Amino acid sequence: MIVLILVATLFVGGAIAWASEALDARMPRVVALLSLLVSAVLLLVFSLNSGPDVGSPGGQWWILASWSWIPRFGIALLVGVDGLSLLLLLLTIFLGLIALGAAWDEIKERVGFFYFNLLWTIAGVVGVFTALDLFLFFFFWEVMLIPMYLIIAIWGHENRAYAAMKFFLYTQVSGLFLLMAILSMSYLHYVQFARFSFDYFDLQNIALVGSLQTWIMLGFFVGFATKLPIFGLHSWLPDAHSQAPTAGSVLLAGVLLKTGAYGLIRFAVPLFPEASDSFSSVAMTIAALGILYCAKVAFAQQDIKRLIAYTSVSHMGFVLLGIYAWNLYGLQGAVMTMLAHGLSSAALFMLAGGLQSRFHTRDMRQLNGLWAKLPMLSAMALFFSVAAVGMPGLGNFIGEFLSLLGAFQSNPVATIFAALGLVLAAVYSLWVIQKVLHGSLQVPNEYSNAADLSLVEILCYALMALGLVWMGMYPQSFLDVSEASLLYLQSLSGGAA
Amino acid sequence: MTSAMLFMLLPLILVTATAVATMLMIAIKRQHGMSCSVTVIGLSLAFVSLYFVMPSSAQQLTPLMKIDAFSVFFSGVILLSGIMIACFSYPYFSNLEDHQDEFYILLSVAILGALVMVSNSHFITTFLGMETLSVCLYGMVAYPLHRSVAAQYPMEASIKYLVLSALSSGFVLFGIALLYAQTGTLQFSDLGQALSSGMGPVPPVYFVLCCLMIVTGFAFKLSLVPFHLWTPDVYEGAPLPATAFLATVGKIAMAALLMRFMSESALLSNEAIVFVLALVAGASILFGNLLALLQSNLKRLLSYSSIAHMGYLVIALITVDRTVDSLGIEAVSFYLLAYAVMSIGAFGVMMVVSDSEQERDHIGHYQGLFWRNPWLALVMTAMLFSLAGIPLTIGFLGKFYIFAAGVQGAQWALLFTMVVGSGVGLFYYLRIVYGMLTPLDEDLILPEAGLKELVPHCLLFVLLLLLLLLGIVPGALMQWLAEMASAL
Repeated sequence: MIVLILVATLFVGGAIAWASEALDARMPRVVALLSLLVSAVLLLVFSLNSGPDVGSPGGQWWILASWSWIPRFGIALLVGVDGLSLLLLLLTIFLGLIALGAAWDEIKERVGFFYFNLLWTIAGVVGVFTALDLFLFFFFWEVMLIPMYLIIAIWGHENRAYAAMKFFLYTQVSGLFLLMAILSMSYLHYVQFARFSFDYFDLQNIALVGSLQTWIMLGFFVGFATKLPIFGLHSWLPDAHSQAPTAGSVLLAGVLLKTGAYGLIRFAVPLFPEASDSFSSVAMTIAALGILYCAKVAFAQQDIKRLIAYTSVSHMGFVLLGIYAWNLYGLQGAVMTMLAHGLSSAALFMLAGGLQSRFHTRDMRQLNGLWAKLPMLSAMALFFSVAAVGMPGLGNFIGEFLSLLGAFQSNPVATIFAALGLVLAAVYSLWVIQKVLHGSLQVPNEYSNAADLSLVEILCYALMALGLVWMGMYPQSFLDVSEASLLYLQSLSGGAA
Repeated sequence: MTSAMLFMLLPLILVTATAVATMLMIAIKRQHGMSCSVTVIGLSLAFVSLYFVMPSSAQQLTPLMKIDAFSVFFSGVILLSGIMIACFSYPYFSNLEDHQDEFYILLSVAILGALVMVSNSHFITTFLGMETLSVCLYGMVAYPLHRSVAAQYPMEASIKYLVLSALSSGFVLFGIALLYAQTGTLQFSDLGQALSSGMGPVPPVYFVLCCLMIVTGFAFKLSLVPFHLWTPDVYEGAPLPATAFLATVGKIAMAALLMRFMSESALLSNEAIVFVLALVAGASILFGNLLALLQSNLKRLLSYSSIAHMGYLVIALITVDRTVDSLGIEAVSFYLLAYAVMSIGAFGVMMVVSDSEQERDHIGHYQGLFWRNPWLALVMTAMLFSLAGIPLTIGFLGKFYIFAAGVQGAQWALLFTMVVGSGVGLFYYLRIVYGMLTPLDEDLILPEAGLKELVPHCLLFVLLLLLLLLGIVPGALMQWLAEMASAL
């Protein structure tokens, strides 16, 4: 029920926000804020008052609900929340609020339509994190795509047409592979049990043998890995990120990338344990390659947003590494990295957006020695860069450490190479900090009287910093929530992979 | 023929009566509005009458006609498309210097041909229906012959269509004649036996060749690659209502006929035919989408995209196999309905902003439409998203159905082609959407044509509603189609 209300609040809120533009151009953002606050309160109340329902499959689902939708194909509105979903839902709504803060003063044109798209993206993501009917999952998977496309295509920067198109094509085409794989599963269920089903729990019963399992698993893998993205399928991401408006980048990096990781954890590995097991060495090699390659490429960027985008790909490598280690350490590490990277990358993109709106450039060659001019912004930049590097005491460290710990047990070679990524991360972060924040002040002349952080910005950064410190200092509060889910998912695959 | 049997033909009779009535009306007094309303009312009556003739089981009316749930469903889709196109035609033709009224006669007679095509399983009736439809289409394509601007295009398109369509009819006829020479029967259902065993001393390969000739003719009309060359020119040259008619009614009737032909003749038990069809489908998907990529004329773009869509459809057609509990028939039916909705929607928006003097068929005409006329832009975007197969729309479920049928039939190579094709397809649909999102420097004023009329906008609203409704809660329709398919 909570899921339905949550999704409905966001969908309806989006529609009202669009309509309210007719009254006043400042109305949409207020409506969007209200609708997000309502969702946040609902979710908080839910997470504080409920717990896992012992009677549910695996005894770890907090809530499971189902309504009939398309009986012809056995499609139902089956939704469920467990510890894993809950953490990601909290992250989604939280970053939704942050994105709203980023857009608050930045978006001046076609305001209503912007907040409509923003809320619909978030609604789609909420659907993705809760849908357990694979058709419904795919439905939301695509629903979150279109508004994001529009956000990039309408409010993006100079090269937005190209970036938006690339983003859409990559995700859509890989999505079709996912659809093909989902349909194959459903059809196999039809062959084996004489009815179509897209139900997550039904599909676990299918007997899959040999190469068929590998092919279907690859369909899922390609769908999710493009979103993550993995090395090789990542080329949409730097373009999409650098061209999207700040709020778009925040959502993309903070939330949308996590849907890919979530799909891998929830579907790709547990449904195809043997195939994933034999595939894990390939996946972990790709992960290590991605970590190193993208860290290296990040170092060569002049555009701040592109740089952060490449570091995102690099960090997502740790998530992939943790997932395919498929032991509790690795999975916990992947989840923690997702959460921590959600906050740190969102903050970094917001900082980059802040620089762009102040100096109208993202080119690092034109920005030097900002500390003298913008001390608060620079301090924040330092904090979040250091967090992204994996400074102990902050969330990212916990995530990456656990990922590596888990991965080392299953594939030491890939792990050793991946760990080198931490060194490279330190190199490019410190280089950026030194170049942009330190040294003598140099900014484009016409914007030399830029102001430091506004109140809204301070609030956003403070909240995100707080979250990272909490994750770093007391990660147990997060690990406890996700542990039951991850153990359940591991039990589905019989501990393989 | 008993009166009960005659009653079963009521929709056909009503459509014929509509054509005659319109003709007589014109003889008495020419009045554009009257002709249009008579046609719309007549076709609507025929549509309503479908409810009463809906048979509980298949009814063979003489060897020539066959009425069953399948024919009623497609008659419904064809009639609705016809009604909508007639309504869109009125504002479009209002300022034509020629006489406008005859267009509606051609429209009614063409619909008659289409209805005949979907309600038979006999080669003679098939051929008659096809020719009735085609002959009317020649006239419709060339209709605005005396319009002051660029009058040569409709004529060129019509001649092109005439020649190639006649050629393809020749193929069909030759195939039919060869079949008849050996089997002495013209029923679809007798063909299966001949195909599998041959008849007497005649080897099966003879029948395969005959069937391929017939399929070639059908492929011409469906504009599948490599028989697609006429499509873009005819689409571009014809006036918009004729293009819309050709793209919807023409394709739907032909595809429905082909499906019945396949399912009743057990044609697909022959691997050579399946192979040829698969090749044609794959080529249509790839070439259609690739050629559409860089078109800047919307009519041409939609013509290439229709080639691709017909390619998708053939994937499901191949899986129409009566022996197993197949999704093929449902998939084809659903897809054709979806295709009708989104094509008429897309052409409808174009018709609303065009008139017979000037057609707004260039992508540039729609630039910034989102900010100039949000309503039309919304409809157009929804239709394009549906054509691209994005969820929340009927087009997505259509594609989903085809995927399901393809997975069932294990047509992996074709499905892979479809994924690639859809990816390419996204590019050109999104290009139009992006164009509509990009603001113009100066405010371009939209032409008047149908913009001020209420009816076309209501129709667009209905189409949008259908698109979303059937895209979100398709349960009832799917259930009905499943029953229909199992009753065949």
